[in-house]
Amino acid sequence: MVVLDAIHRIQALHANDLACRWNCKAGKCGSCSMEINGRPKLACMTRLSDYDPEETITVQPMKTFPIIKDLVTDVSFNYEVNKRIPPFKPKPRDADGNYRMMQKDVDRIQEFRKCIECFLCQDVCHVLRDHRRQDAFAGPRWFIRLASLEMHPLDTADRVSQIKEDFGIGFCNITKCCTEVCPEGIHITDNAIIPLKERLADRYYDPVMWLMRKITGKDRKK
Amino acid sequence: MAVSTNPADHAPAAGTRPGGHKDGFRATSRKDHWATEPLAVLIGLSLFIIYATWAAFQGNHYYVSPYLSPFYSPLLWVNPDAAGAAPVAHAWFGSWPQWWPAFIPISPSILILPFPGAFRFTCYYYRKAYYRSFAGMPPGCAVGPIPQHPYKGETKFLLFQNLHRYAMYIALIFVVVLWTDAVRAFFKDGRFGIGVGTVVLIINAALLSGYTFGCHSLRHLVGGRLDCFSCSSSCEARHSLWSKITGFNERHMQYAWMSLFWVAFTDFYVRMVSLGYIPDFNTWGR
Ligand code: SF4
Ligand code: SF4
Ligand code: FES
Repeated sequence: MVVLDAIHRIQALHANDLACRWNCKAGKCGSCSMEINGRPKLACMTRLSDYDPEETITVQPMKTFPIIKDLVTDVSFNYEVNKRIPPFKPKPRDADGNYRMMQKDVDRIQEFRKCIECFLCQDVCHVLRDHRRQDAFAGPRWFIRLASLEMHPLDTADRVSQIKEDFGIGFCNITKCCTEVCPEGIHITDNAIIPLKERLADRYYDPVMWLMRKITGKDRKK
Repeated sequence: MAVSTNPADHAPAAGTRPGGHKDGFRATSRKDHWATEPLAVLIGLSLFIIYATWAAFQGNHYYVSPYLSPFYSPLLWVNPDAAGAAPVAHAWFGSWPQWWPAFIPISPSILILPFPGAFRFTCYYYRKAYYRSFAGMPPGCAVGPIPQHPYKGETKFLLFQNLHRYAMYIALIFVVVLWTDAVRAFFKDGRFGIGVGTVVLIINAALLSGYTFGCHSLRHLVGGRLDCFSCSSSCEARHSLWSKITGFNERHMQYAWMSLFWVAFTDFYVRMVSLGYIPDFNTWGR
């Protein structure tokens, strides 16, 4: 039995109007995100047997997002951020009309495709959760997406200045809570956010690279 | 509205949000021992800083042939009058300079320790560790951080963290220096041999290499900044280097702690032997 089963039981027997979002019960749709004993988790993947039978288990909605009812939150902030991300812009096809990518180029970004958009990382990130910097900060889920586009071997768009200015990657202080809660085990901080921070450093903070660009007259563009 | 079945929990408490969340430093609904880890980090790092600072200002007993404490390497100048000092021939630039201002303690360590210090301070792993443990931003996951109005993260005062790569360049030089020390630890007065101290110095160089080679900035510069790993033979070569660095990078935290502990232990070991408090078992005879 998982926490979501217990909630369904409460719904059936004690509180018919209890609101809770769920869909797949297999940890793949990312709907049942909530905070269980204060920890952001998927309710369908959290076993009751992992808790002491005597223990009271507390469930709460995600703190970062406005509550619609009970455990259901309004996560539309995320979709608004996503709309602002410049989409995939592939380079021209090869002469035979195909696109070619080698396995080693795809491996790195494959990890990011595992995201189920549960938004637990957005919930736990203190920049959004406590400091409420939704005005300036996109949140870890969107750095995953930005990294998967920026590191894509076929993509030609350049999002580095937006990552700095609009999506506010500098607000992330790499404290890794997003990585700790991700149910897909994506290394959000190590493999997406830090590599993007380093790309920003190349462009904006590294004086030697700046000088080399001035001398050679070429900006590192794809 | 909270969803607990206990009616007492349904009454909204003052200062809480509708979901029952509390605000403020250390506020959380977590019931596990979340404070243990930041506390352990706080204690571990504090102990290291205290010991390293103390050892750096001693200026003596950092050498006992053929072992040199890593806190004193590379040796730029040597003050041969200090007890347990290295021979002047070991120093890159010879004897301690006459013009050295009297108010600054004479210790070869304080000339070089800021460099590995800067490397660790700007390291992505240590940033996580001390932002959580020392700065409370946040102290734990889903635990209230120290309030800041407005929160700036690494966008303003902490922008210098973006220069981590320069500290890494110097750290790479230190790796070479420390391996040189480890190799020298096989030769006492020109005679080949091995002692416990040799092993201690080798482990030190190995752990510091493991830590340095896992650096995120290094990982980026050797290959992470490329979008296409297969587009030329040099990209292929950089990809294989990047993969190796990634292997170290995945254990960066473990190497960070092991090398931190061991570098302090190495200094301690050399110091104890140099002071004559413990014997060094070796093949040279005493
Ligand atoms: S690592 Fe960055 S994005 Fe992830 S939770 Fe921490 S501050 Fe937020
Ligand atoms: S990155 Fe992980 S935690 Fe964040 S939305 Fe995707 S699956 Fe959920
Ligand atoms: S119900 Fe789909 S992830 Fe839990």
